[in-house]
Formats: sequence, C-alpha cells, structure tokens
Amino acid sequence: MLGFFSKPRIRGGVHAEEHKMLTASQAIVNNFPLPKKLYIPLQQHVGKPAEPLIRVGDEVLKGQLLAYSQGMISAPVHAPSSGIILDVNDYPAPHPSALPIRMIVLETDGKDEWINAPGIDDPFRLSPEDISLRVGAAGIVGLGGATFPTAVKLNMGRENRIDTLIINGAECEPYLSCDDRQMQERSEQIIDGVRLMLHGMEADHAVVAIEDNKPQAYLAMQAAAKPYPQIKVIQIPTRYPMGWDRQLIRYVTGREVPVGCRSSEVGVTIHNVGTAYATHKAIRQGRPLVSRVITVSGGAVGRPMNVEVPLGTLISELFDFCQVNAEQTARIVMGGPMMGDSLPHTGVPTVKATSGILALTAAELKSTDEQPCIRCASCVSVCPAGLRPLDMANNIRVNQLDAAVDIGLKDCISCGCCSYICPSNIPLVQYFKYASGEVAARQQAQHKSEQTKRLMDARNARLERIAQQQREEEQARIAAKLERERLKAEQEATV
Amino acid sequence: MMIHSKPSSGAHVGANKSVSRIMWEVMLALSPATVFGLWCFGWPALFLFIITVASAVLFEAFCIRLKGRAAKPVLMDGSAVLTGWLLAMTLPPWAPWWIGVVGSGLAIILGKQVYGGLGQNLFNPAMLARVALLISFPIEMTTWANVSPLFFSASPGFAESWHITFSGLDFSGLDKPDAYTGATTLGYIKTEFSQNHVLTDILNDYSSVLNFIGWTRGSLGETSTLLLALGGVWLIRQKIIQWQIPVALLLTVTILASVFHLLDSEHYVSPFLHLNSGAMMCVAFFIATDYVTSPNTATGQLVFGAGCGLLIFVIRTWGAYPEGAGFAVLLMNSATPLIDHYIRPRIYGRDRKGKPLEIPKL
Repeated sequence: MLGFFSKPRIRGGVHAEEHKMLTASQAIVNNFPLPKKLYIPLQQHVGKPAEPLIRVGDEVLKGQLLAYSQGMISAPVHAPSSGIILDVNDYPAPHPSALPIRMIVLETDGKDEWINAPGIDDPFRLSPEDISLRVGAAGIVGLGGATFPTAVKLNMGRENRIDTLIINGAECEPYLSCDDRQMQERSEQIIDGVRLMLHGMEADHAVVAIEDNKPQAYLAMQAAAKPYPQIKVIQIPTRYPMGWDRQLIRYVTGREVPVGCRSSEVGVTIHNVGTAYATHKAIRQGRPLVSRVITVSGGAVGRPMNVEVPLGTLISELFDFCQVNAEQTARIVMGGPMMGDSLPHTGVPTVKATSGILALTAAELKSTDEQPCIRCASCVSVCPAGLRPLDMANNIRVNQLDAAVDIGLKDCISCGCCSYICPSNIPLVQYFKYASGEVAARQQAQHKSEQTKRLMDARNARLERIAQQQREEEQARIAAKLERERLKAEQEATV
Repeated sequence: MMIHSKPSSGAHVGANKSVSRIMWEVMLALSPATVFGLWCFGWPALFLFIITVASAVLFEAFCIRLKGRAAKPVLMDGSAVLTGWLLAMTLPPWAPWWIGVVGSGLAIILGKQVYGGLGQNLFNPAMLARVALLISFPIEMTTWANVSPLFFSASPGFAESWHITFSGLDFSGLDKPDAYTGATTLGYIKTEFSQNHVLTDILNDYSSVLNFIGWTRGSLGETSTLLLALGGVWLIRQKIIQWQIPVALLLTVTILASVFHLLDSEHYVSPFLHLNSGAMMCVAFFIATDYVTSPNTATGQLVFGAGCGLLIFVIRTWGAYPEGAGFAVLLMNSATPLIDHYIRPRIYGRDRKGKPLEIPKL
C-alpha cells in the first residue's frame, strides 16, 4: 500500500532562492548549432568505462555504437552526430580537476544523419528482459545526475519485486529547470516511458513526484497520466533536497532505506523524468541516448535557457550560444548550485550527467571568508541525513578522520545544506569530500603497505632459504674436498 | 575561459546570514530593553554601559594582538561588543566603573579567549563574569539604584552621576544618599522570608504591572519583562534562536512555581512573579540561548532549557541567593558537552545506536 496519507516529517533541508524563472518560462531551445567537434568521454556513467570499437578515421552515423559496455555495471556510448573519428585519447574531464580522461573525438560532417534503427510499435509485447536489454543498449543512465545505468536498475527491480516505481520530478536544485520544461513539453512521452519502465520491471504502480513550485508541469503530467490508473502524479513540498532519492522514498512510501541497502530492497525504484523520456525514445524510436536537455543559467548568462545539445559539446560552445559574459563569471558550476562541482575552465564537454551549467557572478556566490564556527547548530538542523556536520568538521580539522567516520562521515550525501546555511562560511562539504577521499586513500595505502610487507617478508624468506642452501652446498663442497684430499693422501701413502 | 575558484564543492550559493549579522540582530533585539534601562537608571547606567562595552572590545583587541593577528577583522564579527553589552545588562546600574572593566576582562579573557576565542568557550562569558563579580564584590554587586530616569528633576544630574560611577558607591554628592537605593523584588522577598513574614504581607506594595514594564529596581537591562520578551520573540521569528530553550526554561519554572504556589501560597511566590522578576527573561531569551554554550540538537536544547529552569527555581526558592539565573546557566553550560554526547540526531537509515536499520518486511 502506498502511504499517501501518513506523510512523514521531512527532515532537515533548506529553502534556497530558486532563480528558476530565468529559464523555466521559455520553451526548450532545439536549434543549437551542431558543433564542429564533439568530445565523447568513454565514462559518462557509474561503473566501468566503455571500450571503444571504432578506429581513428572511421566514418560513423548518428546513433552508431562507438564504445561498448563492459562488465555488469557499465553503459555503451554512441555517436551524437554523423562524421569522422579524429582521435581516441586523453582530454580534460568535466570535473573540478579537469584531469584528462579517455575520450573519442568526432568531427561532425554537418549532415547529422541517423543510423537506421527501427523502433517498436507495440513494445508491451516485448518481454520485460527485452526492455532492459534495449534500454541498456541505448546507453541510458540516470539523467538526474547519478548516472547509474538504467538497465541495471530495471533488472534489480525485476529481481526484487518492486511495488512502487517513483519518478523523480522534484528538481529541487535552484536554477535548474530542464526537468520542469521536459515535463511541460514532453509529458506524454515521459508517461509512455514510465509505462515502459513499469513493464520492464514487472511493477504495478508508479508515482510521479513533482515539487509544488512547478504547477504547470504537474498539470501537464497529470493530464498525460490520466488514461493510466497505475500512474499517479503527486505534488510534494518544495524543500531542498526533496529530490534526494531516500528523502523522496520516505515521503512517498513512508519507508526508510537502511544504510548499505539499495532502494529496491525496500520495494522501491526511483528514476528521473529525463530517464523516462530517454527510455521512450530508445524503445519506440530506436534512438540511443545521444543528446540531453541542459539548463544554462546564472547571473553572467546573457540568454539563459534550456537547450537540447549533443553529448560531447564543449561548454565553451554552449556559453557562446547562450552569450555568457566571461568577465562577470566568477564561477562555472556543472549541475545545480547546491551539489554541483565547479569547473576550472570551459574546455570540457557536456556529458550524460550534465543537467545544468551555471555561470555565476560574484554577487550570487556564497562568501568564502571563513570564520570560526560559533556552534549555532544550523548545520545540524538542516542536515537531511541526521548528521552533525560541525562535529565532523572539527574532527577533520584536527585530522581525526576516524572519529569523523565514527560519527557518520560515510552517511553524508554531499547535499550542501550545511555549507549553504553556515553563517561562518565554512565549506563543510569540501571538508567532508576531502576527508572521504583521504580515508579511502589511507585505506588503500595501508592495504598497499600490508601487501608490500607481505612481499618483503616473502622475499626475505626466499633469500634466507637460498643463503641456507648455499651454506649447505658450501659445507658439502668443503667436506667433499677434505674427503678427496684425505683419499689422495691415503693413495700417496700407499704408493 | 579560465577560472580558478575555491571551493570546488557546493553549496555555491548561501543563506543570507553571517556571524556579524547574527550578532547585530541580537543587539537589535536587546536595544529596546537596553534603552529603557538606560533611561530608567540615568547617567550612571549610561557611563557603566559604555565603559563595559568599550573595555570588552579593548580586551578582545588585546588578546587578538597577543595571538599575533590583526584585531580589526575579528572585532567586526561583533561578538566582543555583544559580550560586553550582555554583561552590562546584568550589572547593577550604578555600579562603579571598575566593576565594568573587571567584568569585561573576566568575560573576554577568562571566559572566552583562554579557551581559544569565539566558539571555543565552555561557559557563557557574560554569566561567568557576572557570577565572579557577585562572589568577589558582593556589596557593589547588590546595591540597587532606585528608578531615577534621565531628565527628571529628582534624578542625579550629569556631574553627580559622574561622581557615582567614578568614585565607587560614594553617593555623598547627593542630598539623601540612602534614598537612592533599595532592594530588588526578589532580594526583598528573600530577606522578609528570613524574618518569617508571609507573602501577603511582603507583597503589599508590589505592582506586577510596573515590574512587567520594568519600572523597578534591578540590573541595568533586566528589569523590563515586556521589552525583553518582545526582543526574544522577534529573535525566534528571525530564526536567530530556536524556541526550545526559552520555552523549556520558562515552562519548567512556571510548572514548578505553580505546583509549590498552589500547595502553599504564603511561602512560595507565584509563577507570574517568578517570570516577571530578576534575570528571568534576559536569561531565557539572550543568555541560555548562546549558541556556543548550549546543545546542538532540538531535544538537547529542551533538556538544557528545562535544566536551567529547574536550577533557577531551586536556587531562588531554597538557595542563599535571591536570584540563581547566572549559576543555573553556568551549571547547565558545563552539562552541555554531556547532553550533546547522549542526545544526537538519528542518522538516516540507522537506529539510535548507529546500527543499520533492518530491511522492512513487505
């Protein structure tokens, strides 16, 4: 049963200034000029990177498989347009470090010619396994930003007897409105995608949850879902991070996912609205995931908009199109302003995870003038995970990382509520990410040193064994020599 | 386009609150009661207030310079001004100048900086200083001026006031020195109880309305129940403080006082008189709610507030001092780490002990 009427208390969270109207009021822009070159990373998802099956110089069509999925958790990568493969090499990643990762560089030929891939007219006659296979082959991953391979989730859903599929239309991050616009303009396709997902997971019910600051999206989705009683569209309170899967699951179903478990273990699976749309395109039209809607917004953007762009488009080209003022831009953020990461430059491509690119002015940014913690405990009251960020930060500051882990460092979801609210401008999430990375590195280092020690011990034992052997041989040799001399002396004596 | 910015992680945007803004808003909430107190007790109160706040700032600057840091940016956070301000509020309005200076020194140096500065102290600096002063200088700290408002002909003028503040409890410049001081309501009740009088006799001249407004003998800024409560409620509305501590504190006192007053109304004062006297409102809204020295969780704050209320009631009713708010807050301050250790929020997906929840049976 769905616990619609026993709404659990929403824990923590903040209400940030939304800034969504910069982009939410206009239709998705579809005429983005095709870039000359596309930079397509082999890893745009959680799991193993895809393995390229093309060679430099190959001609490819739009939607053609460029790299295939590897292992249980992975996703393939397709050509976002037609053209020639220029290079398969390391280029700067869309990551705060902008360190190089492997990418396929595609020079577009301007024809944007699709590969011939037929869609399915009656997909409900396909077996659920077939739906998963097709979704997997289309390279679809969670488009809310988590980028977990969707097919894997569909399979887990079938295995775990899901009773509720939640479609996440919360879009709780400020500035972003790509899901809002998609729900308004593509509601029927999204609902169709939801039905396909239900079929693929053999689940009965779906709940589309939309924050109540998007009334038009709610109406559109409700109208589209009307013929299908198994799909319910509900409004949820506007409070960041409402779109955190576990917050949403608890709010919609009243269930709490235990630490260390997947949501499917409590009978729930959650997918983003964009993922549902991509599923529709993949099954009905045979189109793999080669483009996505991105919100380009922020105070330094001349023409803020939602725009559909091919994956692999450089952010610099996107910024040119949206007339971003470089001088006013104080920080470039990929994703929303709460959880997104800042990028050091615009020479990196958009990927499947890119829900938004923000060019923020100095006035929009939180001050970085860090002051001492006054223990106001705002961070404790806004933490949706029930942590005590101030105590964790104190531990990390004196390098007691184990103590920080003991009080919940690993349960932090990096939602950014604590950093947002902190009156002392302490970059708490930065602390926690640093500490998590450091803990992992230390464990690795410890593992390595143990391994080294084991090897060292083995080597010493081996050397000792060899030395022992040599000593024994030497002694045997000396003994033999003495014996020979004795025999010789005896011989001489007898002669 | 190249940009080098830190930090790389969110949140990149922030709420519109800073440390200094919080401090200034608390001071704004204190202002009505402060201005009223300064007016009621005239020039000596104003001198004492200025001296206390100024010396708090000077001591803070001195300590920061000792640490080898620039004083100005730290002073701008407003915490030293607020500490001095709160201390001044709790002092007898005609106390000599050195009480303010010694008090500020105790508050800033012993109460705050020796622990490492803002955010590190165990005890509320203003209360620590006030209690230390009360124990060290009992005469100066229990000489209560009558209400003698500024610009009233009966009140001491500027020159006489200067003499009061800077010559130390020497009211000889005035016409009738004794006529200028008396006991606070709580002090008077305590003395009368010790002479076996009952409340109906003791409270013959007591006016709850005048006490509510603040027209009564008492500490510089603590007399006006009305203005302090208004400031406190505004702070809660501004989300600077949480409701838990003041509500738990006041409710505990009310319940305890009601029970005892109903049992024996001649020997236990009414809950209203409790709430309407001494440092009650100032402590409930401005002192006990100090972030640094109170618990982090809502439940912990309820426990803390109730503990303060209980101790205030016990000290007032059975203790040697007529008012116990300062002691109560300090005792509960020392319990804060313990409260925070035992009362923690439950982590999502875990039980209270930190073990992962069981997978629910569907």
